[in-house]
Amino acid sequence: MLQITRNTLLAAAVLAIASPAAAQDTIKMGGLATLEGAFAAPGQDGIRGIQMALEEVNSMAGGKKIELITGSSDASPASAIRATRKLVEQDGVQIMVGPLSGSEGLAVKDYAKTKPNVTFINGTSAAQDTTLRNPAPNFFRFSTEGAQWMAGLGEYAYNVKKYRKVAVLAEDYSFPYTQVFGFLEPFCRLGGKAPADARFWVPIGNKDYSSVIAALPDDVDAIYVALGGADAINFLSQYQQAGGELPLIGGSITVDQTVLGSKGKIRETVIGTPSAGPISDTWDDPRWAAFVAQYKKMFAGKGGFPSPSLFAHGYYINAKAALLALDKVNGDLSDGGKKLRAALASLKFETPTGMVSLDERRNAIADIFLTEVVEGPGGNLVNKTIGVTNQVSQTFGLPYEQFLKYGQVSRTNPPCN
Amino acid sequence: MFGAAGKSSAYPLGINPAILLVAVFLLGYPLFASDFFTFQIGAYSLILGTIALSLTMLAGYGGMVSLAQMTVAGFAAYVMAILGTNSVGVMGLGWPWWLTAAIAILGAALLSTFIGAISARTEGIYTIMITLAIAVAFFYFVRQNYVIFNGFTGFAGIEPPTLFGVYWRDPMPFYYLCLAVAAFFYFAVLYGSRSSFGLGLQAVRDNPRRVRALGINVFSHRVVAYFYAGAIAGTAGVLLVWFNGRVSPGLVGVDMVIDILVIAVIGGLGAPIGPFLGAVAFVLLENFAIDLIDRERFNTVIGLAFLLIVLFSPDGMLGLWRRAESRIRLPRANALWGARANRDDWHSASSPKRM
Repeated sequence: MLQITRNTLLAAAVLAIASPAAAQDTIKMGGLATLEGAFAAPGQDGIRGIQMALEEVNSMAGGKKIELITGSSDASPASAIRATRKLVEQDGVQIMVGPLSGSEGLAVKDYAKTKPNVTFINGTSAAQDTTLRNPAPNFFRFSTEGAQWMAGLGEYAYNVKKYRKVAVLAEDYSFPYTQVFGFLEPFCRLGGKAPADARFWVPIGNKDYSSVIAALPDDVDAIYVALGGADAINFLSQYQQAGGELPLIGGSITVDQTVLGSKGKIRETVIGTPSAGPISDTWDDPRWAAFVAQYKKMFAGKGGFPSPSLFAHGYYINAKAALLALDKVNGDLSDGGKKLRAALASLKFETPTGMVSLDERRNAIADIFLTEVVEGPGGNLVNKTIGVTNQVSQTFGLPYEQFLKYGQVSRTNPPCN
Repeated sequence: MFGAAGKSSAYPLGINPAILLVAVFLLGYPLFASDFFTFQIGAYSLILGTIALSLTMLAGYGGMVSLAQMTVAGFAAYVMAILGTNSVGVMGLGWPWWLTAAIAILGAALLSTFIGAISARTEGIYTIMITLAIAVAFFYFVRQNYVIFNGFTGFAGIEPPTLFGVYWRDPMPFYYLCLAVAAFFYFAVLYGSRSSFGLGLQAVRDNPRRVRALGINVFSHRVVAYFYAGAIAGTAGVLLVWFNGRVSPGLVGVDMVIDILVIAVIGGLGAPIGPFLGAVAFVLLENFAIDLIDRERFNTVIGLAFLLIVLFSPDGMLGLWRRAESRIRLPRANALWGARANRDDWHSASSPKRM
């Protein structure tokens, strides 16, 4: 009998743990980022972004307290799904902000379709098809995606830098495909070339680039590099060590603060590298300056970068959108978040980088910055603003049907021979 | 659980009440656990436990530590995606699920046999090296092969069948499916360990030269063990791809390979229940360590927990349990171990050391 009683107690205890208690005056918000693996540093900065958005409103939105619960993945889709499932099904979050990387975003979008009452807002995952093809009605992306981030860079490389032929080095998954497409499409339309045998696709977490460096062709004008986090640092320092002299063109996360702020020996290689993305470190605008000041105030000396990375920025914007929409509906999620999602879909707000609104597939339309790496006043490497492309849409301003004709992003799209 | 064989007559119905309790708990678990606990904790633990069971079988009974068991399971998962249907648009031949699953399991068993044939003439650390090399080679192969394995992206949209009006990825049916598979292999391994093949395998583990002198073919004995282990891991691989709905190189990466070893070791290699204990501990830690501590340090917690288990109990959680048990019921347990030490089963090799 005693054993049966004990077992019943155990069952009751498990049950108590298992059923998330629904508190009336708090709203649980999940934050999913890559806190392990090659993208751990970007992931931590992403969480900082959410913390900034929460700090601004003192963790209150729509009259309710917002409780942040973090989840971690290692950039693989399966781990992102496991972490998401834990946040949604175990911790009972009603809004989730994340994930960070492209293929994770595709997986989370698929998962979102099975949880129609939970609202999913992107972190910084920037694969094109997360919103372009078969979007989930409850997945929102207030940060722009990889092809949008390249706005203006292809034209700049061709017209101003006068590059005619480039080699491509990128990680082998959906986000770099999207970036390469976004860069090459205008570059090749103008007449540039990027032959198939000068495109190098390396796996995430690749550490040794010597074979790639040795195989780089001599007859190209520049290398377009779309690597992120530790991968970018490894390549850039090894390229500098090998005495590489070709000019570089950077993907959005190749020369951002997570890389420029690192201790790697990359200085000579990266100075002068043009790039494009959703932020520019030195943008001369009071909104951005206030954002940077706030970031420094919260995280300087506590592991933060010299200046917020695009991950902090992306997570900040997405979390901010969630908080603004919660304010609009007075924190009322009793209808399974229907009102909240309606509010999100029509949300248009001022961010540190200009106005953001959504298209009909819930993907952001926002300003994109063309930048170049320079040495900042304190000796830090920063991205100098060269230009701003206003209100870039996912379809580059083309009608949806026409844009689909470009086909899915891949290793060979566009062909560009 | 461990006393069943020796003391069966002492219990009503001949079954240890502890076993009954565990069985009732496992069967009733989805009735009180949430979907999350049923699916992501329960079913996932059973799947990982089954894969680790195949390693326990090889290592515990055969003395062969193969790091390629995750590779074998991953191979079955890939076969499901390649021959079955997926949503990626690469391969996906659309064969019916039962045919795909049968081929996946058989293919996994054959792959395991092949791995066994390569590594069975080696001992100890060399077996570990060879199987690790195979695991890493398979990982890089699937990551770089785009024609068949679709490279880094792998496959998504792999669905379990809808049978008898039940969608088998729904938490409760999937849990019972995993439980049935795990229980089947658990008892199969338990039974196999007392069969003449199993006893032969343990003899090979303890003294291959003597066994060879008796006229038993040590090499083929080991290879056959790899075949069975492959079938176990392959079946778990089919469940794993249904669980995830996707398969990509990350599934067969070195991390996962080591995870399976960790599960088997912290659970304990001494008995087939070990890997399941290890899997439950592993999955709970993996899911909840992040809630216990600062999110930047939670992997340290996982590592420390495993370190502590191995430090205080070299034979895993199984050893912790046995020690606790023998401390509570010292005289009876001592008699039990004493009796077992003479019997030629799995206890005889390990228990005398503890005496």
